[in-house]
Amino acid sequence: MKFESPATTNPIDQLRIVGKPVSRIDGPLKATGTAPYAYERHDVVANQAYGYVVGSAIAKGRIAGMDLSHAKAAPGVLAIVTADNAGKLDKGRLNTAKLLGGPEIQHYHQAIAVVVAETFEQARAAAQLIRVDYVREQGAFDLASLLDKAKPNPITGGPGDTAVGDFAAAFAAAPVRLDARYSTPDEAHAMMEPHATIAAWEGDKLTLWTSNQMIAWNKAEMATTLGIPKENVRLDSPFIGGGFGGKLFPRADALLAALGARAAKRPVKVALQRPLMFNNTTHRPATIQRIRIGATRDGKITAIGHESWSGDLPGGKADGAVSQTRLLYAGTHRMTATRLATLDLAEGNAMRAPGEATGMMALEIAVDEMAEKLGIDPIEFRILNDTQVDPEKPERPFSQRQLVECLRTGAERFGWNKRNPQPGRVRDGRWLVGIGAAAAFRNNLLTKSAARVRLDKSGVVTVETDMTDIGTGSYTIIAQTAAEMMGVPLENVKVRLGDSAFPVSAGSGGQWGGNNSTAGVYAACVKLREMIAQKLGFNSAEAEFVDGAVRAGNRSVPLMQAAADGGISAEDEIEYGDIAKKYQQSTFGAHFVEVGVDAATAEIRVRRMLAVCAAGRILNPKTARSQVIGAMTMGVGAALMEELVVDKRAGFFVNHDLAGYEVPVHADIPHQEMFFLDETDPMSSPMKAKGVAELGICGVAAAVANAVYNATGVRVRDYPITLDKLLEQMPDVG
Amino acid sequence: MRSFTYERARTPADAAAAALRNPDTKFIAGGTNLLDLMKLEIETPAHLIDVNGLALDKIEPTSEGGLRIGALVRNTDLAADSRVRRDYGVLSRALLAGASGQLRNKATTAGNLLQRTRCPYFYDTNQPCNKRRPGSGCAAIGGFSRQHAVLGASEACIATHPSDMAVGMRALDATVETVRPDGATRTIPIAEFYRLPGDTPHIETTLQPGELITAVTLPKPVGGRQVYRKVRDRASYAFALVSVAAIVQRDGTGRVALGGVAHKPWRVEAAEAAMPRGAKAVAAQLLADAKPTRENTFKLSLAERTLGAVLTEAKG
Ligand SMILES: Cc1cc2nc3c(=O)[nH]c(=O)nc-3n(C[C@H](O)[C@H](O)[C@H](O)COP(=O)(O)OP(=O)(O)OC[C@H]3O[C@@H](n4cnc5c(N)ncnc54)[C@H](O)[C@@H]3O)c2cc1C
Ligand code: SF4
Repeated sequence: MKFESPATTNPIDQLRIVGKPVSRIDGPLKATGTAPYAYERHDVVANQAYGYVVGSAIAKGRIAGMDLSHAKAAPGVLAIVTADNAGKLDKGRLNTAKLLGGPEIQHYHQAIAVVVAETFEQARAAAQLIRVDYVREQGAFDLASLLDKAKPNPITGGPGDTAVGDFAAAFAAAPVRLDARYSTPDEAHAMMEPHATIAAWEGDKLTLWTSNQMIAWNKAEMATTLGIPKENVRLDSPFIGGGFGGKLFPRADALLAALGARAAKRPVKVALQRPLMFNNTTHRPATIQRIRIGATRDGKITAIGHESWSGDLPGGKADGAVSQTRLLYAGTHRMTATRLATLDLAEGNAMRAPGEATGMMALEIAVDEMAEKLGIDPIEFRILNDTQVDPEKPERPFSQRQLVECLRTGAERFGWNKRNPQPGRVRDGRWLVGIGAAAAFRNNLLTKSAARVRLDKSGVVTVETDMTDIGTGSYTIIAQTAAEMMGVPLENVKVRLGDSAFPVSAGSGGQWGGNNSTAGVYAACVKLREMIAQKLGFNSAEAEFVDGAVRAGNRSVPLMQAAADGGISAEDEIEYGDIAKKYQQSTFGAHFVEVGVDAATAEIRVRRMLAVCAAGRILNPKTARSQVIGAMTMGVGAALMEELVVDKRAGFFVNHDLAGYEVPVHADIPHQEMFFLDETDPMSSPMKAKGVAELGICGVAAAVANAVYNATGVRVRDYPITLDKLLEQMPDVG
Repeated sequence: MRSFTYERARTPADAAAAALRNPDTKFIAGGTNLLDLMKLEIETPAHLIDVNGLALDKIEPTSEGGLRIGALVRNTDLAADSRVRRDYGVLSRALLAGASGQLRNKATTAGNLLQRTRCPYFYDTNQPCNKRRPGSGCAAIGGFSRQHAVLGASEACIATHPSDMAVGMRALDATVETVRPDGATRTIPIAEFYRLPGDTPHIETTLQPGELITAVTLPKPVGGRQVYRKVRDRASYAFALVSVAAIVQRDGTGRVALGGVAHKPWRVEAAEAAMPRGAKAVAAQLLADAKPTRENTFKLSLAERTLGAVLTEAKG
């Protein structure tokens, strides 16, 4: 099905099942510990051996020699794979660094070997017996020292630099100006489930039971890496314990399990050890950002400029921190610029809302600062500079844009009018209390997605698509979509995901999964409805599918009758025309945060949070809410604690475990509320839905930062905002 | 993890004797620290003596009016004991500020005292670390040292001791009871239990090889308002940047020990005379010889400010 013109009324609009706060259909499996996660799939293939990954001890250089003799002789060892004996491997298209390093080493903890043994403990013990001779080379590890050397670079989905009007002149002429520098640190996905794979060869055919967000990408990538035909690779990833972008591409666990299994001639399972995950895999790259805003005295932005520097391995990607600044606020004269430096740290890449997450951390502090300079309420300042068209290309309207409504609704519900605009004035016992807000913004991406739907003679509808559920609720919204379309109760729908044998979906990433994958299921259901209508002698345009029956006029036939002779199935794909070129599709929101800052210690504790989001039709308010509050939590992490600390001498992230890399715990998140505005977006798909899972993180950190400023009067522009950055400017205590 | 042999000891004397027979031995109690370190081959004992069966899990009154806490009393049980909560509040509060509920259920009194540093370079066996591999150097000096010591550190090591419980015990003047491999018992005042790193950061206490902790004794209650304040970036489940254990009497006199600042709980008895004069006066002496790194200089003002808040709280 090609989606080329705005959606009109369709069966989804009945909202009998779609749009309801249905509990996860996979909830019982998860609550009882029976959801099959990759590493625990003991039943899929017999005789599984264990692999343990060895990471490089240096950041850059090469391996002069490896002594495997002790490891080989250790009890239980079946095979050791290194770059030396792995055979020819391609780097693949998606990763920047090789998944198996050696002799050249590109970054710290790059995998250099996998040891396969009968038991996990034997593999681990043997791995620790491998002796490696390295020749170190000088690497580049300090982004701040490389700003002059950084080069222009495009960002995902667009150019790195844009310019409209005459920014320099307009900024110079503006009566009120802000010119500030911000920084965001390297961040880790730190999801609960590590990257894990069981690999088995049958002749030259490879099966990978793995944990991966993008099945089709990875099937192709594994085939390229191993130099085997795509048809010979099967991936199965029905449950994923979090990804946040860290599982978009295949990682060392998958490749090393495959190579280990080939060498050991047995199925092999590999999980990346937690201490390896931070330097071995991808991470959100650090940024340094400069924002300039010029405005008239009455608060109209006349010039807005955003520049961002990030670093990556040679051939890598730039963080897209400037992207939202092209779209969020009006202003005639504008510029954005992206510069990429070469760093020899692990690969920087996508993490939840790549680009907007870091960009909004800076931009929404800048907006708060500017509002203060102007003496205008920061909510009003945002509203004053709202735009209903793409400010760089005014001929493109937004398909839907309710930023103003989000801000107003949020302000009302949060009690924004109680905020004291003078910072440092509100005290509650030992706490200095402050309130902050920020806009939320993230683009909505359209990408094709296919599914197969089958009706069997018992009336059960089975959906198959290689879509993944990374904890988001895909199973549930897909089941709701199929149930709505086919007119059956939710219990009659089975959803099977994550198998590369199924039709290729959008996958999970970029908050595109929900809208696109359900639209693909919609397309397949439309086709199946037509087949069923025809088979049962209905005119498909008139046939209604409700309550397990097909109806038109007075005639009603049980749905399952269409499958009486053994089942009926249809497969289709949603594809998009150029709607996205004509209309800018984005999702909007507003974040409100109240913090307390301990007057003595400067410890910062969030007291309450609210997000108001407008993101198209909300397919399931319960799972969508979970996405948003999870994202808000992650935003608090980014604001207050998350930082991969670079050792600039040896070139690695030092705090590479969950003791050192702190993410929020329950005690950090006392009270969250979130609220969706009513919205349907006919430009997005027949589902009229958009993404929400990444919108939820965009702007949170800035709202926290602005609240800390409001509480203390201390403006911190370098994340994370930790107490040491406040202490010297805190009021004196006893 | 290296392979190791394992035995269960039945009596403390048994355990000590077993240690004598096996030179490369470690006792294992809750295992919440030791096992993690063994998995990473930071600790590589050839033999483990499991002390969980030693019946050292009671809290009993002493004839001096104090409490004897068996070495195997779990952190959860110790924190919840009504006598501890009534008479030694600083200890109960310190315990509850540490780790998580699950860990405290497993963690023992002796194991907690002997937990090792959380210096990230200590945990990464690719990095030089004098504590882990004597003579290899110290990666934390000149590296990421935000968590590290500002007091009593050496050119060889700037690690901190991470225990909260030990800071409370230091303020309470606890003593550690042990039995040595030859069967001899002794008591070690907690002030003499931990060592500064000096040239031998791998030797952390004055225990001898194979010496078993059997109990920790608390002297007669000293009363006063007892406060434990732990400062950290996140609200729970994180080690202290700085912590303050304080016992403050009505007249403003009392005791103060700091955590998160040194290789041991930091207490300077002489500084306590200044307590009635307030936090600044105490801090000036407590922190007199501080040598912070660029990244942890903030701990000095943080310690002083936290002390101020604690003294105010204790007065109120
Ligand atoms: C995630 C995490 C977070 C934590 N957070 C905190 C925190 O915030 N604050 C805090 O204070 N602690 C914290 N801890 C540390 C925790 O308190 C210790 O791991 C625990 O107290 C150790 O006790 P155990 O009985 O498990 O010791 P084990 O691991 O069994 O042993 C530790 C050491 O003590 C020795 N030992 C044990 N018993 C004896 C004995 N009777 N005689 C002689 N030697 C003995 C062992 O040989 C070993 O060297 C944390 C730990 C973890 C894993
Ligand atoms: S501070 Fe101590 S524990 Fe840390 S690296 Fe240096 S020697 Fe090792």
